[in-house]
Amino acid sequence: MSLTNPATMATTAAAPKGGDLVDRHRLSTRLWHWTNVVTFVIMLMSGLMIFNAHPRLYWGAYGANPDYAWLQIGATQANTGFVRVGSVTADTTGILGRWTDGDGQVRNRAFPSWATLPASYNLALARRWHLTFAWVFAVGLAAYLIRSLANRHLTRDLLPTAEEIRPAHIWADIKHHAKLQFPTGVAALRYNVLQKFAYLSVLIALIPGMILTGSTMSPGLNAAMPWLLDLFGGRQSARSLHFIFAIGLVGFIVIHLAMVLLAGPFNEVRSMITGRYRLPKEKI
Amino acid sequence: MSLLTRRSVLTGLGFSTIIGTTAGLVLSPSFRDLILGSGEKLAYQTHRLIGRNALAPEFTESQMSPDFRTNGNTMPASADYQRHMETDFANWQLQVDGLVATPKTFSLSALKALPARTQITRHDCVEGWSAIGKWTGVPLSALLAQVSLLPTARYLVLHCADDFSGNAYYESIDLVDAFHPQTILAHTMNDTPLSVGHGAPLRLRVERQLGYKQAKYIMRIEATASLAKIGLGKGGFWEDQIGYDWYAGI
Repeated sequence: MSLTNPATMATTAAAPKGGDLVDRHRLSTRLWHWTNVVTFVIMLMSGLMIFNAHPRLYWGAYGANPDYAWLQIGATQANTGFVRVGSVTADTTGILGRWTDGDGQVRNRAFPSWATLPASYNLALARRWHLTFAWVFAVGLAAYLIRSLANRHLTRDLLPTAEEIRPAHIWADIKHHAKLQFPTGVAALRYNVLQKFAYLSVLIALIPGMILTGSTMSPGLNAAMPWLLDLFGGRQSARSLHFIFAIGLVGFIVIHLAMVLLAGPFNEVRSMITGRYRLPKEKI
Repeated sequence: MSLLTRRSVLTGLGFSTIIGTTAGLVLSPSFRDLILGSGEKLAYQTHRLIGRNALAPEFTESQMSPDFRTNGNTMPASADYQRHMETDFANWQLQVDGLVATPKTFSLSALKALPARTQITRHDCVEGWSAIGKWTGVPLSALLAQVSLLPTARYLVLHCADDFSGNAYYESIDLVDAFHPQTILAHTMNDTPLSVGHGAPLRLRVERQLGYKQAKYIMRIEATASLAKIGLGKGGFWEDQIGYDWYAGI
């Protein structure tokens, strides 16, 4: 196995060309990626079950049934499911609020059984999954951040350059994406600016945001680290932000998977397992 | 070459850990239970390490919930409790016993005559909601000073007057929380005597944990060396019945 990495690749004398099999992803990136695949599925599905225990979100330090909820998922007297955000209500019967489970039983709960861990209502077990794998999520992120600073992945590969953050450059990149024009040859080794924004926002904003807002919901940690409450504007605000950041991560994953499919799933998945990536052929 | 070897060892180790753990979680219920039990232990030890004596945030009157909802039992069914309620808890007594040098009982008026602590704190239900209220009561540490814990005591068990389908409510805390300055036996809420819905005449406030630890309708406090022989052995009603974690600081 060659010991080159994307950063040094671009500067070696014999630059690779389209069709070459090259080293793409570092071991730390590949291990963290697959750890997160498992961990994120567990965190999301157990999180949706925890949300089901009280499917209302508030802003501020407190918030309970007598208080105004900015978001609510529920069922009406007329046996419909709904999602209400502010004063806008959408009928979501069959998907959210009121749905039929695998045994044909109609349930009045926020998220349906296929989306939750465990499938049938169990707050105690969902909390165990969530609060155990939160450690994997947090320790994994910390380890990857430290490793990526040390091997300069963060600064070399993910931090946009001054040239890349020019509006004209960003706009050109948006147009390339919209036309599904992906880079070929050696250019495919570098992340483009939209990829950099996406990966960087996950790495330094969304996942840290999940962990910090999650910690802010712990009364024990509130005592040890009261600044977390000040940072997020109170426990119920932290709970709302936790939910919003989770939606952000789900959005990232949907786009990420779509891009993997469009760019060639075999080559992309192989590069995340073995690290080896075949450079797309240059267009003539 | 040594680099190559180290690299392949790391690769193999890393991927087999991910695949092995995932397979174990899916296929082995005992492995799953082992893993899922580790979160509570890690949280408990971490919280004790980084904030053993840290105080829960306190709020001002203007930050209080306009309406503090009730939860759990709101009217204990026992005839004994009903009698106490009808007589305004005049003959009610708190019993403090177990691994203590001098077991004692306290009437409600005796408790109210002791120096009290008032704190405006946030109550967090395990389900996700929060309410801020003002609690006045006797610091548990002051009561413990009067009965003197024996060196073998490790936990305080709070036995309550309410029950669900005949199973009595109870809760337990460790001695760190028992002697924490904000751990009080509250007899007053929002400047009025504790209502029946909120746990009259006496409820626990252990401010760094979730709502189900805040035992209502306390009748007896027992100092024990172990929780194994209390209830079903998990340290509390919900812990026994549906598997909530005993440590509810998260």
